[in-house]
Amino acid sequence: MITRLIGKALTLGVATGAMALVTAHAAELTVYTAVEAEDLARYAEQFNKAHPDITINWVRDSTGVVTAKLLAEKNNPQADVIWGLAATSLLLMKSEGMLEPYAPKGVENLDPKFVDKSDPPTWTGMDAWVASVCFNTVEADKLGLTAPTSWQDLTKPEYKGHVIMPNPNSSGTGFLDVSSWLQLFGEEDGWAYMDALHENIARYTHSGSAPCKLAASGEIPIGVSFAFRGAKSKAEGAPLEIIVPSEGVGWDMEATAIVAGTDDLEAAKTLVDWTITKEANEMYNTGYAVVAYPGVAKPVEHFPPNLIEKMIDNDFEFAANNRAAILAEWQSRYDGKSEPK
Amino acid sequence: MSKLATELPAGPRVRLVLGSDDWFMRGFIALIVLYLFVALALPLYAMLSKSISTFRMDLTQFQFQVSDETGFFSGDILSADELNAAVGAYSEQELNVGSGGRLSATAFFPDFSFRSPVKYRVRGVDDSAVFLLGSERRTGPSWVELDSNQFRRVVLRPVTSVGLDNFKRYFSTPSLVQSIKNSLFIAAISTVITVLLAFCFAYALNRSCMRFKGVFRLIAMAPILVPSLLPGIALVYLFGNQGLLKAVMAGESIYGPYGIIAGSVFFTFPHAMLIITTALAISDARLYEAALSLRTSRWKTFWTITIPGARYGLISAAFVVFNLVITDFGLPKVIGGQYNVLAVDIYKQVIGQQNFEMGAVVSVVLLIPAMLAFGIDRIVQRRQVALLSARSVVYQPSSSRIFDRFCLLYCSLIAIFILGILGICQFAALVKFWPYDLSLSLRNYAFNRMDGGGWAAYRNSIELAGLTAFFGTVIVFTGAYMVEKTQGFKGGRTLFQFLAMLPMAIPGMVLGLAYIFFFNDPDNPLNFLYGTMAILVLCTVTHFYTVSHLTAVTALKQMDNEFESVNASLKQPFYKLFARVSVPVCLPAILDISIYLFVNAMTTVSAVVFLYSTSTALASVAVLNMDDAGDVAPAAAMGMMIFYTNVAARIVHAGLSRGVLRRTQVWRHH
Repeated sequence: MITRLIGKALTLGVATGAMALVTAHAAELTVYTAVEAEDLARYAEQFNKAHPDITINWVRDSTGVVTAKLLAEKNNPQADVIWGLAATSLLLMKSEGMLEPYAPKGVENLDPKFVDKSDPPTWTGMDAWVASVCFNTVEADKLGLTAPTSWQDLTKPEYKGHVIMPNPNSSGTGFLDVSSWLQLFGEEDGWAYMDALHENIARYTHSGSAPCKLAASGEIPIGVSFAFRGAKSKAEGAPLEIIVPSEGVGWDMEATAIVAGTDDLEAAKTLVDWTITKEANEMYNTGYAVVAYPGVAKPVEHFPPNLIEKMIDNDFEFAANNRAAILAEWQSRYDGKSEPK
Repeated sequence: MSKLATELPAGPRVRLVLGSDDWFMRGFIALIVLYLFVALALPLYAMLSKSISTFRMDLTQFQFQVSDETGFFSGDILSADELNAAVGAYSEQELNVGSGGRLSATAFFPDFSFRSPVKYRVRGVDDSAVFLLGSERRTGPSWVELDSNQFRRVVLRPVTSVGLDNFKRYFSTPSLVQSIKNSLFIAAISTVITVLLAFCFAYALNRSCMRFKGVFRLIAMAPILVPSLLPGIALVYLFGNQGLLKAVMAGESIYGPYGIIAGSVFFTFPHAMLIITTALAISDARLYEAALSLRTSRWKTFWTITIPGARYGLISAAFVVFNLVITDFGLPKVIGGQYNVLAVDIYKQVIGQQNFEMGAVVSVVLLIPAMLAFGIDRIVQRRQVALLSARSVVYQPSSSRIFDRFCLLYCSLIAIFILGILGICQFAALVKFWPYDLSLSLRNYAFNRMDGGGWAAYRNSIELAGLTAFFGTVIVFTGAYMVEKTQGFKGGRTLFQFLAMLPMAIPGMVLGLAYIFFFNDPDNPLNFLYGTMAILVLCTVTHFYTVSHLTAVTALKQMDNEFESVNASLKQPFYKLFARVSVPVCLPAILDISIYLFVNAMTTVSAVVFLYSTSTALASVAVLNMDDAGDVAPAAAMGMMIFYTNVAARIVHAGLSRGVLRRTQVWRHH
């Protein structure tokens, strides 16, 4: 055992060096992603059917972590391609000059909403993930709660201590909620709304999917999360109802981009070309009801049917450029209130 | 006396004659000092410099020109600084921003309207000026001409400089400063409770004749074998909204200070218990005999002999617990709810907001109490040694039925608490869908379906633990040997001792963050380590260096320096002595070091949470990430896998130790 470990340790350094050499020849791409773990193998498999010569080395983590990692590596990028990261994050990278502008073949086929406005675009969208409210009917019955139908409903006194939402400072989903409320209600009313909502929040979670999973397990009756997660939990048998608030819901997209400075631009282009094809979009449709390629999407099981029409006209630029200020304001309003009780 | 000394004629100065062995050993010390420099001092330096690297809007960098209504540019070219002075759009305070800071340019023009036909020109004075048009990055001194509707998308970006602005911003943000109070509060309360409970437990083990002492000792050590976030998960299952014992909470939420304190008591208990047991074990029985013959009451004896005798142990335990709690990250992350503490703030700043500078500032703040607690503990421990006397007699407890029964009851309660925490995790891990479907299933063990790294993460953890135990033991023991047995070379040895003690005072989060800054710098020749298993090993060995080093030093101090003298006079090279005498004699200590490193490498979260990559995901981090994503039951399942692995490692260790003792330590019994 020990000799094997030493051997491993010795080869470790050599292997890392060798890996960099191999990338150039046999076309290996380091791809950063925040796509759910269970989908990744499928994505690579589908891609390799079309391009068996390009191997994908996934680096997967949550949106916040991958974003932090990419920004930390700004001057020494490790990734070749980003495939499946929030567009708001990609906008941050773009403004740091970290992305390679490239118009993938067939980009004109995509819904223009899903393509970066610059020419050539620096990123292209894959699918949208949309905010929703997960409502545990069993626990709600026990507590005598009626199902909310709108964002404003969530501020009613009956829900006090029964709502969980993600902390926008650590969760992309949390941020898209906050930015959508500011866009929906306007700046002043948006903050007033969050003040009222804060009174009902039991706690803010770090992750965006946690509120829905916690609602699924009955730890809390109402979790502000996203529809995709709700549909999955429901499919696993959780007593959930997925509610689309009537005012409209925020959303963000998963998107793809080439990292400037990649060792193998050709292979990176090949991959990005493929990520916007019709078959790739059909693949995204397994989990996501809204995809970039028009006419592809088939309804997803347990997905609320009226979700797409409720998606707000999201201003990503507003979200990215005001992100730091919004987060600072949010933190000063709600993070500081947690005094010891 | 002193007069006499000064009057003596100065003799010839005695100089140490250095042989090749000495040079070799000094070279080795230098090598390990170099290791500690690279693995500890330089990363910390990189972090400190990050904390004072600030981002400031330099308004003199940007120039604007406004056209008339026909789009003709004839007005003055004004810098943003001049414009700001005229209209007061931004205060000084607002110009100190974070790395993500952006200022909207329209604020400089009070009569701006996006519908106006007026056009705007904007440029930087040189290439260091950066502004964004929407999300497109623009630099340089050529004009960018925009109509009003486009111009509203212009935001300015800051430049880096050096200063204490980050600290100013930190201390003027109430929500961040609140964390200092919270951290101190949690650590103080947990310390009081843990030390009290651990003292009673240790007292029962040392001073009673109750049964099952061995079993209790084993159970009390169990929390060391799990990551600190596991008790958090258990508390959710016990006292959360769907918890088995929810009624106990009387409407209070377990998410917050209650949860953090309860979990902290669990995971720090064995540390406190060990230290206090040692302190109680060295007390002198002759004092108790004297008290008995003077007919002193038990109560008085306790306060005048037991407590003063154990006071250094108690103080030391208190500081160790305080340090563990204030630097712990996993537990408050899992069960802290809205209750912010420093260690979690670092994580939130770095991972949530990508604000590395502020993360570094919080790290520096967290260093202060940790360093203080560490310093006081060191001073106290030094005194503790002085308490031992060669004439001390070991105290033998006498049987007392009521007292023994009481001790048994108390220890059973503690044991139930510990086993309950572990048991509930195992139960939750085996349940299909808590709380709606309590039938048993292995569904939660399908780690590959969850975030966090799957079963590969578990294998990586074992690999990390094995590598850390092996390389760590080699480095630590050799280093300790060289520094103990080298003659002279005081400066080098002092530096070594200082560097070897330092890791204990550095919280894991701080070390991990410092590693990012240092190793991820593209100019660093060691940059290739970033993202590999090697950096995890390096970080973990360094993180747990101090205790391992102290264990090795204690064992080596037991060996008389005569061995070296004899060896030298026999003209044998030192490595023969090292391999044939020192290592075999110290084998029990060497095994202790390796199991210590193994167990800690399995459970550590804080140091590696910033450093793992997808191919080196770890089980302990997977527990964190699965819990984070709401997959609480699989997180419990993985946490218990770590527990069983550590139990197995300990059993192997116990077997090896016994074998080693029988074969190499026979001399001790002669």
